Amino acid sequence: MNGVHDMGGMSCHGPVEVEENEPIFHSDWERRVLGLVLAAGATGQWNLDISRYARESLPPSQYLSIGYYRIWLLGLEKLLLQSGMISEEELASGRMEVKPIEVNRVLQAADVDAALAAGSPVTREPALPAQFASGQSVRVKNYQPTTHTRLPAYIRGHIGKIVRVHGCHVFPDSHALGLGEDPRWLYCVRFDADELWGERAESANGAIHVDCWEPYLQPVNS
Amino acid sequence: MNEDKPATQHQDHSHHEHHHDHDHSHLDETALRVRALETLLLDKGYVDADALDKLIENCETKIGPRNGAQVIARAWMDTSFRQWLLDDATAAIASMGFSGRQGEHMVVLENTDEVHNMVVCTLCSCYPWPVLGLPPSWYKSAPYRSRAVSEPQQVLAEFGVSLPEGQQIHVWDSTAEVRYLVLPQRPAATESLDERQLAQLVTRDSMIGTGLPLSPDQVDLNDSPEHAS
Repeated sequence: MNGVHDMGGMSCHGPVEVEENEPIFHSDWERRVLGLVLAAGATGQWNLDISRYARESLPPSQYLSIGYYRIWLLGLEKLLLQSGMISEEELASGRMEVKPIEVNRVLQAADVDAALAAGSPVTREPALPAQFASGQSVRVKNYQPTTHTRLPAYIRGHIGKIVRVHGCHVFPDSHALGLGEDPRWLYCVRFDADELWGERAESANGAIHVDCWEPYLQPVNS
Repeated sequence: MNEDKPATQHQDHSHHEHHHDHDHSHLDETALRVRALETLLLDKGYVDADALDKLIENCETKIGPRNGAQVIARAWMDTSFRQWLLDDATAAIASMGFSGRQGEHMVVLENTDEVHNMVVCTLCSCYPWPVLGLPPSWYKSAPYRSRAVSEPQQVLAEFGVSLPEGQQIHVWDSTAEVRYLVLPQRPAATESLDERQLAQLVTRDSMIGTGLPLSPDQVDLNDSPEHAS
């Protein structure tokens, strides 16, 4: 999707504002939101890509103005509604009104350390050999799905060089739609700054690296 | 939680007032909304109260830039560890006890005289949690996400960093589940320091690439080990 979250290269967002000795959380509710996102995610009723899709498809003006933990909160509410875990009425009242649905699991305190330490690796056995190799030039497709993608708009149509083959990874574009993991080869592609930014590039020899799944790329015809 | 202190001190930044939401009624409204949601999820049995507290505690105490600083200090001291880190960062970092969520697939980027590396996530907030903790607000903000890829030099200037003429900037946009950690260059005049002292020079920002490590005269190297580790 061409979303407002896809910010690379946008203008007019102003200077980077650094808060000195920033606390981990600015208020207790931010702390609770983080915990709830992790705990609710552990039910297994959605995956990481579905949750990213829920956040980035919030109304653009809202996404830009409410701050990150509010984005997480609204994203979580949306996921809970979508998955049928809560109803609109319950969300409004904060009180249980319908029976809970059966969830895949409820994370227990004794399992928290192990769950966080294990994480969720996304590398998978490849079904097919990699189409590209390190050192090869590739062109990014003009790929514009209306649903979730991890292809940032600023590299579309541009030529870069593969600098690393990361292996075969779960493909977010499919995973976010509940179509399974659909693992694809993932490459790190290097783009010259002037290839991406033209006259705007700060320096002729700067480079930008973007991780791209194979379906985003095509060979460069010589 | 003061584990994170040394790496969150940024003597080298130009600082701005951070514009948080100062509308207290709005804040209260959000706090109430979060509390209602928490109560609902607990009542419905989807979330266990102790697990929730433990998840939060983990994020506040077990992860953070002090972990990353230990990794960098070891790489500066031990050339075979450094090589392992560059070849297989996930395994090398896990050998020090740092692994898991948002650090499942690590890649370490080595700064050299020729190249300075800098990491961003233009699409959201991807960040290597086990070694750096939760990302600071600026990392998730529109200014950093929009400009790090197109104006990295100017962004670095806002962090008070100016690079030597001829050092290229390599920006890494974390669009996948690969998480990048910058291995900064070891500061000069640190030959006599031990690993614990070296770790005190490693700032969070130097591992994102928006800062450089401190020099030995910028820190109190006799600081107690509890603060350093």
